[in-house]
Amino acid sequence: MRLLSKLALMAVLLAAAPAAFAQAGGTSKINVEQPWARATPAGAMTGAVYMTLANRTNTEDRLTAASSDVASKVQIHEMAVVNGIMQMRQLTDGLAVPAGGSVTLKPGGYHVMLIGLKKRLIAGQTFPLTLTFANAGNISITVPIQAIGATNSGNGGMGKMEMK
Amino acid sequence: MRARPWIIIAAAGVVAFGAIALVLTFAVAPRQIGQAVGVASIGGPFTLTDDTGATVTDKTLAGKPYVMYFGYTYCPDVCPTTLFDLTRWIKALGPDADKLSYVFVTVDPERDTPKLMHEYLASFDKRIRGFTGTPAQIAKIAKEYRVYYKKVPSSDGSYLMDHSAIIYLMTADEKFDTVIPYQEKDTAALAKLRDLVATAPSS
Ligand SMILES: [Cu+2]
Repeated sequence: MRLLSKLALMAVLLAAAPAAFAQAGGTSKINVEQPWARATPAGAMTGAVYMTLANRTNTEDRLTAASSDVASKVQIHEMAVVNGIMQMRQLTDGLAVPAGGSVTLKPGGYHVMLIGLKKRLIAGQTFPLTLTFANAGNISITVPIQAIGATNSGNGGMGKMEMK
Repeated sequence: MRARPWIIIAAAGVVAFGAIALVLTFAVAPRQIGQAVGVASIGGPFTLTDDTGATVTDKTLAGKPYVMYFGYTYCPDVCPTTLFDLTRWIKALGPDADKLSYVFVTVDPERDTPKLMHEYLASFDKRIRGFTGTPAQIAKIAKEYRVYYKKVPSSDGSYLMDHSAIIYLMTADEKFDTVIPYQEKDTAALAKLRDLVATAPSS
C-alpha cells in the first residue's frame, strides 16, 4: 500500500514535470511547450520558431498572430515538400489548436516565421516572442536558440555533427 | 483537420514537375540506368556571378565532379538544413571532399546578392560557393537543371519561393550522375557522394 501510494505520487510528479517546464503560466488556457528556434546563418533575413501548443479548454482556439523584438514581422506559416518541391505559405487565418488537443510546429511543417531579422539568432541565446490566440489572448514566451542543424528542442541537435 | 486548399492547388500545380522529380529520384537514381538513358537533358552551359562577385560559367566547374543545390537564403528551414547536412557530409568525406566542387545556386536572385550569399555561406563549409545572377541567367540554369521555382506573393507585399529541394550530383564532364532528395539518410547520401568522388578524373 505504502509503495503504491509512493508510486502514485511519483507518477503525479512525473506527469506534472513537463507542465512545470512549459513557459506559459499555470492558469493559461494554452500551454506552450518546448519552444525553440533554429540558429540562423549570417546575413539571413528569416528564421523559424517551433513549439507544441496544447489547448487545455473544451473550445478550439487559434494562433492568429505573433510578434517579437528580433524581427520586423512575424507570421504563422506552413511548409511542405511535395514531390521534391518545397512550398511555404502564410496561414492568414491562423493555426487551429483543437479543443483538449495540441498542434506541433516543427521543421518541415508549421512554424512561426520571423521575417526581417534585426539580429542574428545565435545558438545558446534566447529571445522573447508573444503569441496571440483568439481565446487565450497574448502569451509571452522565451525562445531558446538551437544549432542550425537541430531538428528538435532537445540537446541532441546542439551543434553536434552526428550522423543520422 | 482543416482543409488546406493551398496545398491541394499547389500539389496540382506541381504534378508535372513532381513527375520529373520522381523520375529523378527513383528511375534514374542508379548510376547505370542514369548513364544508359544519358539524362543528357540535365545540366548545360551557364554564366553566373559567384559570391565573390566574379563571373563564373559551367567551364569554371569543369574538371571536377560537382554538387549543386538550388535554394534561397530567405528560406528559414529546408535550405539552411540542407546546407548544414552538406557541411556534415563534406566533413565526413575527409580529404576526398576536395575532389568535388560544391555550389549553392539561388532561385531568388533579386534578394540574393553576391555579398549576401557570401556572408550567408560563411556559416557553412567554406568549400560551398554561392552562384547568383540576373533573373534571366537564373531562369536559364534552372531550366537546364529541370529545377522548378516560383515566386509566391505574400500578404505583406513580399514574396516566398516554391522550389525544388533536390541536390544534384554531376560528373566532371558535366553529365548528370544522380540526386540526393530532401531528407535523404546520411548513409545513402554519403554513398552517393563517395560514388561521385570515384568518378573524379585522376590528376
Ligand atoms: Cu515560413
